[in-house]
Amino acid sequence: MTLTRRDFIRAMALKSAAVAAATLFPGISFAGWTPTDLPADSILWSKTPCRFCGTGCGLLVGVSGQRAVAVKGDPNCSVNKGLCCVKGYHSIQILYGNDRFTTAYVRKNGKMVPTPIEDALDIVASQMKASIEKNGKDSVSIYGSGQWSIPDGYTASKFFKGCIGTNNVEANARLCMASAVTGCLTTFGLDEPMGCYEDIDNADVFITWGNNMAEMHPVLFSRMLANRKSKTHVQIIDLTTRSTRSSLAADKSILFTPQSDLAIANAICYEIVNNNWVNQEFVANHVSFHKGKTNIGYGTEDHFQFTEKAETIDFDEFKAFLSDYTPELAEKISGVSAEDIKYLAALYADPDKRVTSFWTMGMNQHTRGTWINNLVYNIHLLTGKISTPGNSPFSLTGQPSACGTVREVGTLTHKLPHGVVMNEGDRKMAAKIWDVPETNIDPKPTFHTVEMFRALDRGDINFMWIQVTNPMVTMPNLKRYREGAQKEDRFIVVSEIYPTPTSDVADVILPSALWVEREGFFGNSERRTQHNAQLVPKPGEAMCNTWQLIQVARRMGFEKQFPWKEETYIEDIWNEYTKFHDNPKHRMASYKVLTERSGVQWPFVDGKETRWRYNGKYDPACQADTWDFYGKPDHKAWVWLRPYEPAAESPDREYPFWLNTGRVLEHWHTGSMTRRIPILHKAVPESYVEINPEDARSLGVVNGSKVKISSRRGSIVMKASINGRGNPPEGMVFVPFFDESYLINELTLDAFCPISKQPDYKKCAVKLERA
Amino acid sequence: MPIFSFLAYPEKNMKDQLIKDLSHMDYCEVKPSENQDVLILLTDTPDEETNKDLITTIKALKSLQSLSMTFGHTDV
Repeated sequence: MTLTRRDFIRAMALKSAAVAAATLFPGISFAGWTPTDLPADSILWSKTPCRFCGTGCGLLVGVSGQRAVAVKGDPNCSVNKGLCCVKGYHSIQILYGNDRFTTAYVRKNGKMVPTPIEDALDIVASQMKASIEKNGKDSVSIYGSGQWSIPDGYTASKFFKGCIGTNNVEANARLCMASAVTGCLTTFGLDEPMGCYEDIDNADVFITWGNNMAEMHPVLFSRMLANRKSKTHVQIIDLTTRSTRSSLAADKSILFTPQSDLAIANAICYEIVNNNWVNQEFVANHVSFHKGKTNIGYGTEDHFQFTEKAETIDFDEFKAFLSDYTPELAEKISGVSAEDIKYLAALYADPDKRVTSFWTMGMNQHTRGTWINNLVYNIHLLTGKISTPGNSPFSLTGQPSACGTVREVGTLTHKLPHGVVMNEGDRKMAAKIWDVPETNIDPKPTFHTVEMFRALDRGDINFMWIQVTNPMVTMPNLKRYREGAQKEDRFIVVSEIYPTPTSDVADVILPSALWVEREGFFGNSERRTQHNAQLVPKPGEAMCNTWQLIQVARRMGFEKQFPWKEETYIEDIWNEYTKFHDNPKHRMASYKVLTERSGVQWPFVDGKETRWRYNGKYDPACQADTWDFYGKPDHKAWVWLRPYEPAAESPDREYPFWLNTGRVLEHWHTGSMTRRIPILHKAVPESYVEINPEDARSLGVVNGSKVKISSRRGSIVMKASINGRGNPPEGMVFVPFFDESYLINELTLDAFCPISKQPDYKKCAVKLERA
Repeated sequence: MPIFSFLAYPEKNMKDQLIKDLSHMDYCEVKPSENQDVLILLTDTPDEETNKDLITTIKALKSLQSLSMTFGHTDV
């Protein structure tokens, strides 16, 4: 191509204007002006949400030619205001690992053979059809993720629930935030937090419940520290089962025995009630009291069933129930001194302090996860500290679109994009929008995640399509589920970007386009929807997960439901999906608005985002200028009577240690992306077991010694870490799960909260030996 | 045959109108920002007199708040 002098001068004129604009407005982008319009050595910056955790930091990705070459924080994004964590700053390197899947593979005679992707999609469609014909519609399933972009999850739900007619749709967010969902639903009648990250700038006291935000939500933790630095009275209280980096930064760290948070929360309520610290006016007008079933089990057996039955009670019955949870009695269960429990209660009750509670997996991965969510809400409701700036009970999510794709789209067996499959009105709405017969949508939920993998093991499910997640590392009691996936007559499809233990069990691997290689949307922890454009080309035959689903659906005869063109299908899907939420309680921003802004919070009504729900001063869905918990028929938030019940498995003479699992700052989930970023891999190259120094001394192990950890389900040998970044108390060990070389979930127990069906990865019993 | 580029700022809520006004003028090429209230204007006129008239016309637009030149070349 020849460039005339005139063309050159015109290009320079445009470039000069673009540079001036970028200087004034970092992150600015211009419609219809692609990187190819610019000289090859220039960098075009575009906004995108980060690919990793649920914080939803805004990034600016710099593209030169056709390659992402740089990352910086997006100063226009209110979430992070230009700051990123170490994962965010290195995020574009996940696109360029050497072992990226760029072609499809199909298992032939036991070996994975490269196959043209169109042929692989033919095989997927024919296998699904064959399984349905032979074993019925409920023999096929899809298992997705909170890393699914919103169009991925929406298309999966429409395809499986609307077209095929099976409710075998689940996502790994069941493993990370299902208890937060049921906590919200049981207390407020609607899902997702009422507050927003501006609470961090307004709170006087932060109480974190089993939550290591310094490593798991570092940008939000930095925002907390900034608030504390700017106002000398701000306090951070770390309520935890293991000392972490968050503990070091906190004003006070309080260690408690695993599972005893239930007793602590009730004891705090006891103190609030018995000291007459209850906000009487708020409680009288906006709260009602209820109790549910007790001794509800742990779900460790196949086909476990539980149905909650709520009874309305009065305040006196609630007060009488709390008499079992005096601070002194709670001290015996929790190991937390009565004095510290009283201190926490006084902080929550102080009328001059705004209090925000944060939690993530400590409360959600819990066999009474719904209950402990309810109990922390109880504290905020009794004191009226909710839905105002700085007063917020707030469950943070761990994945970039656990809220957007799983909680809002409803990619769980019982859910629809609006409402649940059990509700006739919700089914009618879905059938109308999806253009399918109402009878297609089955009114009965099928399997939640653990039970879905049990069904695969039993043979009740023969076909499973796994997208954007790595269950062969993350499922608890892993050995059973890996062996189940490898049985004869099972067909596993895996849409992935890199080889993982999950792609190892696949019969077909479909290469996925990743993050900014395709257009999409994420929804973060604070009800913020964020759009990303495609910024770089897809490698090889990699294909967007949404488009993979559409291609297979069309092959199975559902062309009418998936008519969209490849150039515009993401926008078309967004326009269709948002019909489900076209009401003041959940209205979402238009495609155009989302492409222009660094995220928009819903409800988005009359061009205005809603910062605090359920408060008429901020929420247009409220019927009055005060609190209105409109998710419940009585327009009140429900305080629940929930007792302490022990963990499914506790240390005993044979297995005397608690096993606690989790993440580290540098690696995200199973490490399939971050372990391919050289600097992050070098920082934490392998997993380890944290042991208390006293326990290490008793065992005769030192830092780096090999230790054999055994539970009733399996054993693993790994190196000891003593006085590392985390320090468990005596009688507990902690193992990060990012390293597929050490499958710690072969030891964990597949017990779950009977209400949320979320497994407990924080508590099972193990023994230690020198290896 | 002068070539100039500018950052053009619309009056409040008049970005779409400004894009329309400029797009309808001869010798003008417009590149609106997707995420900011600003647009790039490229003018490519046959002679200096036409350029002068064009700039005068542009400056009179009600939808325009201000115009900042970022590049200018007249000897083409």
